[in-house]
Amino acid sequence: MLDCRIPRYKVLRDADECIHCNLCVRECANEVHYLSKKTGALKADSMKCVNCQRCTVLCPARALAIGNWPQVDCGSAAWNLPTMADIATQSQTGGVLLASMGNPKPYHIYWEHLLLNASQVTNPSIDPLREPMETRVLLGSRPAHLRVNERARTLAEPLPPQLKLDVPILFAAMSFGSVSLNTQKALALAARELGTYFNCGEGGLHRDLEPFGEHAIVQVASGRFGVDPYYLNAGAAIEIKIGQGAKPGIGGHLPGEKINAEVSRTRMIPEGTDAISPAPHHDIYSIEDLRQLVFSLKEATGYRKPVAVKVAAVHNVAAIASGMARAGADIIVIDGFRGGTGAAPKRIRDNVGIPIELALAAVDERLRQEGIRSTVSLVASGTIRNSADVVRAVALGADAVSIGSAALVAMGCHQCGDCSSGRCNWGIATQRPDLTARLNPDQAAERVVNLVRGWNREIQEMMGGMGINAIDSLRGNRLMLRGVGLNEKELEILGVKYAGE
Amino acid sequence: MSDQTTFEREGGAGLPEHPLPSAPEVTAVTVEQNAAAQAVAEGAMAVETTSVASVTVELGTSHFREANAAVRAALEQANTVVLTEVFAQRYLGCAMKAGKRLEIHGTPGNDLACYMDGGSVEVFGSAQDQTANTMNAGSVVVHGRSGDATGYAMRGGELLIRDDAGWRAAINMKQYGDRRPMVVIGGDAGDFLGEYMAGGVVVLMGRPGSHLASGMHGGVVYLQRAHVPSNLPQGLVACDLDAEDAKVLGGLLARYDRCFAGEVRPDGTVAAAAPLEAFVALRPASSRPYAALYAS
Repeated sequence: MLDCRIPRYKVLRDADECIHCNLCVRECANEVHYLSKKTGALKADSMKCVNCQRCTVLCPARALAIGNWPQVDCGSAAWNLPTMADIATQSQTGGVLLASMGNPKPYHIYWEHLLLNASQVTNPSIDPLREPMETRVLLGSRPAHLRVNERARTLAEPLPPQLKLDVPILFAAMSFGSVSLNTQKALALAARELGTYFNCGEGGLHRDLEPFGEHAIVQVASGRFGVDPYYLNAGAAIEIKIGQGAKPGIGGHLPGEKINAEVSRTRMIPEGTDAISPAPHHDIYSIEDLRQLVFSLKEATGYRKPVAVKVAAVHNVAAIASGMARAGADIIVIDGFRGGTGAAPKRIRDNVGIPIELALAAVDERLRQEGIRSTVSLVASGTIRNSADVVRAVALGADAVSIGSAALVAMGCHQCGDCSSGRCNWGIATQRPDLTARLNPDQAAERVVNLVRGWNREIQEMMGGMGINAIDSLRGNRLMLRGVGLNEKELEILGVKYAGE
Repeated sequence: MSDQTTFEREGGAGLPEHPLPSAPEVTAVTVEQNAAAQAVAEGAMAVETTSVASVTVELGTSHFREANAAVRAALEQANTVVLTEVFAQRYLGCAMKAGKRLEIHGTPGNDLACYMDGGSVEVFGSAQDQTANTMNAGSVVVHGRSGDATGYAMRGGELLIRDDAGWRAAINMKQYGDRRPMVVIGGDAGDFLGEYMAGGVVVLMGRPGSHLASGMHGGVVYLQRAHVPSNLPQGLVACDLDAEDAKVLGGLLARYDRCFAGEVRPDGTVAAAAPLEAFVALRPASSRPYAALYAS
């Protein structure tokens, strides 16, 4: 059958600069760069290029760049090149289109329509270089009343278990299998260094990560991979994964070729078989059933671990979150529709779910209306790209945020979106030993630590500018936000005034 | 520390110990009609009673949290705990370890023996939904029927049900290394038996519902030749037993008879294992049923 697809990218090699070191040939797992068998000349097959930018970053002569393939489309806004390419792929395979990383479509990014406040004249701003600035966050449920034995100056009842974060940033769930062990190690090292938590995802906790248990959140998803009493007690908290922003409503298929000996041992399934996470948990068909799973996990861990429940941001997320709080979740995690993934059906990734900004604002507002906001913690994720996004998320009501893609970008990811192929040249979304060896966990951790420390300083600067010296005072403080370029309905849902009001 | 207070995996690296909290004071509520058990729950017999063979705890209508705290406290004192007047308390036997045994009289609630890790549970009555949910090892024997999602995501151990099982029994079961879950159902099973099954063994004496073993990509379902549906889902093959099948199935049928033979069911029939010759083995044709589903 004729392959009607054309390259997306064009490899641009500057012949004057190229020193023929052939590093690009050795580095490209997609085999874009190659030496001609006939002439020995250095060539490139642009069709195979996914624009991971490994070669352009590493080229010692700066002789490489990746450009767009110069083919123009037919001029129709509807029938553009990507649309045509999808049809070509499906007409040649009959398959479900697979994609990776977050929704790339040009939907509104509401973060960019929310501006932050600062103090002028009427109240002083605070200089975080000289004055204390609190960014510590506790995650967990809080009792409605605190009973204190005043004579003994002790609590009459123990507090529910809490996670203590020194920065308002967690690392999002990424399973061993979808990412490499070195990626998880880097996140674990960074979490320990920063005083926060990584999340091992649904693929079990590799034994090399067990020493990081105090900084681990272990996940329970519908496939129940690697879940046993030891696992449940190995981390600091448990997260029930109901959904993921990139693929709300569906499960996951980790293909057999990614199930090597180590992944198999950690997930506790045979090597080479598909690891299938069904779309629903078949023990959860209702809020009451969710409560049942939450409490089975609490029973299995002696009520010593907070239980988080993660859902994708979908249409009725506010009502769902209310149910989750009432089901006994200590932490509610909302993942917006731009959240990343190792693999998802493209149509789901690009068309299902709602933006995290609107979902977060709606959930926070609903929980406050119902008087239960203080009984749970709220974590937002799905395109938190910089410290200003963190500040906006907290002001919209989040206790903390999770970052996945941003942490991976810090390690080298260039968002090419080809994770599902298993040929990640940066050693992140792959199990190929020659590729995973490219990611040094210590060095990757250092980059992630640097990123989060930089963000945290910026968060302190922004809070200080507002005259706020503790992140608790920023949470749900929507007066610190003003909208631009938003309609009245959007302002209403976000709960913010227009700039100038 | 007793063996109920830490979780260790065979060959696992040393982890910080995770002590379970001691039984809350409320246990007295749950066991007030049972002086011995109450004493146990309060720790009064802590030293003398470690050699006690069994302790009886009456659960009545106590809340699951109180009930499970009382059961855990009793298991600290004796390796076998007999539960009477059980009225649908959830999570009984949750994460219970090897060497511990629960004998349950009445009706245990959902998630019986969830995450169980080697313990033994025998129910003299019927069980509700999600019995042996994500069970790792051990034995559950039910002298009655069991509800929906029975044996959900089991990874090891045995689950024997004298009568019927509800919908979606033995789904998502998996096996790894020497862990191979075994589910024996003496009666009929509801729809979707063995859905997405990735490992382990299911023996079904009665009739399956519709959508039998859809998405199955590992393990084996033994069912009677006469009960194999005519519209078997694509990707499954029914074949005659080989020597290994006969050994595994023969052992499980004998085990069923040892547990239940001669017991009279509510419908008046007498429990007995079907003959080995009547069975065929249902297996997936591929461990990668969806390998060709995607394009990128």
